[in-house]
Amino acid sequence: MWGIIRQRAACKGNHALNLEQGIRAIALRAFSSSAKQMTVRDALNSALDEEMSADPKVFIMGEEVGEYQGAYKISKGLLDKYGPDRVVDTPITEAGFAGIGVGAAYYGLRPVIEFMTFNFSMQAIDHIINSAAKSNYMSAGQISVPIVFRGPNGAAAGVGAQHSQCYAAWYGAIPGLKVLAPYSSEDARGLLKAAIRDPDPVVFLENELLYGESFPISDEVLDSSFSLPIGKAKIEREGKDVTITAFSKMVGYALQAADILAKEGINAEVINLRTIRPLDRSTINSSVRKTNRLVTVEEGFPQHGVGAEICATVVEDSFEYLDAPVERIAGADVPMPYAANLERMAVPQVEDIVRAAKRACYRSR
Amino acid sequence: MALHFSKYLKQKMGYLGMINLRSWSCCFYQKQPYLSRRFESFKADKQLGSLHNGGDPQVMNFPGGIVKFTPELKFLSDTPEERIHCYRVLDDSGQPVSSNFVQIDKDIAVKMYKDMVTLQTMDTIFYDAQRQGRISFYVTAIGEEAINIGSAAALGMDDLVFPQYREAGVLLWRGFTLQDFANQCFGNKGDNGKGRQMPAHYGSNKHNYITIASTVATQIPHAVGAAYSLKMDGREACTITYFGDGGTSTGDFHAGLNFAAVMEAPVILFCRNNGWAISTPVSDQFRSDGIVVRGQAYGVRSIRVDGNDALAVFTAVHVARKMAISECRPVLIEALTYRAGHHSTSDDSSKYRPIEEIEWWRATQDPVARFRKWLEGQGWWTTPSEIELRDHARREVLHAIQVAETVEKPSLKEIFTDVYDVPPSNLCDQEKSLRKTVERHPQDYPHFLF
Repeated sequence: MWGIIRQRAACKGNHALNLEQGIRAIALRAFSSSAKQMTVRDALNSALDEEMSADPKVFIMGEEVGEYQGAYKISKGLLDKYGPDRVVDTPITEAGFAGIGVGAAYYGLRPVIEFMTFNFSMQAIDHIINSAAKSNYMSAGQISVPIVFRGPNGAAAGVGAQHSQCYAAWYGAIPGLKVLAPYSSEDARGLLKAAIRDPDPVVFLENELLYGESFPISDEVLDSSFSLPIGKAKIEREGKDVTITAFSKMVGYALQAADILAKEGINAEVINLRTIRPLDRSTINSSVRKTNRLVTVEEGFPQHGVGAEICATVVEDSFEYLDAPVERIAGADVPMPYAANLERMAVPQVEDIVRAAKRACYRSR
Repeated sequence: MALHFSKYLKQKMGYLGMINLRSWSCCFYQKQPYLSRRFESFKADKQLGSLHNGGDPQVMNFPGGIVKFTPELKFLSDTPEERIHCYRVLDDSGQPVSSNFVQIDKDIAVKMYKDMVTLQTMDTIFYDAQRQGRISFYVTAIGEEAINIGSAAALGMDDLVFPQYREAGVLLWRGFTLQDFANQCFGNKGDNGKGRQMPAHYGSNKHNYITIASTVATQIPHAVGAAYSLKMDGREACTITYFGDGGTSTGDFHAGLNFAAVMEAPVILFCRNNGWAISTPVSDQFRSDGIVVRGQAYGVRSIRVDGNDALAVFTAVHVARKMAISECRPVLIEALTYRAGHHSTSDDSSKYRPIEEIEWWRATQDPVARFRKWLEGQGWWTTPSEIELRDHARREVLHAIQVAETVEKPSLKEIFTDVYDVPPSNLCDQEKSLRKTVERHPQDYPHFLF
């Protein structure tokens, strides 16, 4: 087992490295020195492996998770290691296996239910909300549901309307659920471990395009006891002129935007939400009280989105501190089109974030 | 063989997988354990069709198994010539017409009868209480007392119950008191459900009775999942889930049955086919021969029983339970009966079915009366006992209601507890803010005592 050794130098180095994610990741690896790298896929796989090893009650269930090694290879190697008792391939019925998982959780097991994408979770949403989220309350604490629903969420590339929706806002509205949205490998490992150990039902929103991305990772993160606190956002980049909140893939875009803004003299603070519910209102508000300007970024539909909730919470708690209206950047209010040029217009791009930040700083229309 | 196999398992599942080895014991002697069966079909060369029928042109080993070919063009019929027969032990006058049933001793039989009468009494009086405006809602199980008590008596206390909402009798059998029932219906401080739910949505961990949810048939996959967990734990117990004829139309019924068969889960799937889903008669619900025939469609053993015959229900559940536990398999029971009451207090069923029909079933097919006749025939029950029991049950139910009505409602903090395991900071803040508001404007919040 790894010891818990804090490598402060590596952490600081990570800060600088985090700024250059995305398309520059490959070039970066050629130049990075001592920090280890890990893909988000490996981070999730190792987290599942370690939690299953530590607690025999944890098991995985979903379509293609076993023999196929996982539709996105997140559960690779786990069937061989733990057997079909604990890595269960299911027939095609999200409603069915979500219900089965909830039943197993009622009895005391700790299921990790995989949806091939969260679009398919709509088939099972009654079980997620009415059977899982509300059960502890409705049973007055007699039935706890320590279940994790995980899978890719939001837009991928060229998969069209029925495979591209973001569910952060829908699940984020439900009392009784915890909703997590990791960005980096450290987020993925720490939050998945926290989710599996949590006694409440957790919706864990991953991102297909981030699975293959590599992030630097410290020894502390690699330790099997590592976990991140649920409900705590991370300040990825400190700044003083404008706050940009984002989650999942948009964190990378926000960091790129912050780089561009820095060249123009705007020092942006980027907050990686990490948790959608419970939202880390105090970190967001402290940041806005410092910068006085806010841009929220998300991939999902704009109406009733995560940005709307963040805007409301800032207006409620930090109204006097705002020097400009809150800017919301979200996906287009249309079902996701397929053609590459149309798709590009339907999701936020780095330029959109840059322009919004400038508007918030009164630097452009 | 067991030693060799356990070494094979260890290699495949690691040490922690071995802890659940006991769960495999039920599979050892019946057939090849499913672990090795799973990996059989994945050798590509076995799929070459002509090689795998051993040269016999009459059969083919398609994915799924060997089938025989036929030159006949024949469709399976949609309706059988004869409906599946219905297992019954007692006739209408309480006389045994079968020698094939599980004998029960006097203590169990008398407890069964007393609980059936108590259930009937409780339902009648609570229904009236709703009509008087004392509770907001109620569902009765009138006509289904034999199903409730007969099945409950055949189960063990370790068997986990996943009810729909017409199975209060199962909870009664297990020891939930009349006061407990009344407290839940009144949503008072004595309610172990902390006033969270509508009346008749009972639940009790102590009695292994999963809290009722209003969603229809969602309990079916839950029961299968919990049964799977029981199996992994190697427990000598099963789960049982109840649902109505209407519930079998849902997606969850299909997924639950299918999964139960594939996962080989020890679950009893008990369908109360009482003919009506609110106003929808079974002729509008499905066109199959009831529910029993669906078992075969999923590879699940099934039986049809007379739901108004407590001994038939008891026997069927008793035997099904043995099968489920020892053979690790699901079993489907269809109990034919009649919903003699309205769907709920929000329903007036005379609007969609003839009153004469309701009256006929109540008068001539009462399961409580039939069981009493059998008890009397056994010499285990008398008219004085009957009078005393009815009187006692009525007084107890009325007393429970009177007490429940006076108990105060749950405290304000119960709005915020149990949303999560530990209340998050935002809920703590909201509770503080609410308490301040109540303090500031007490005249607007007369119900809240801190």
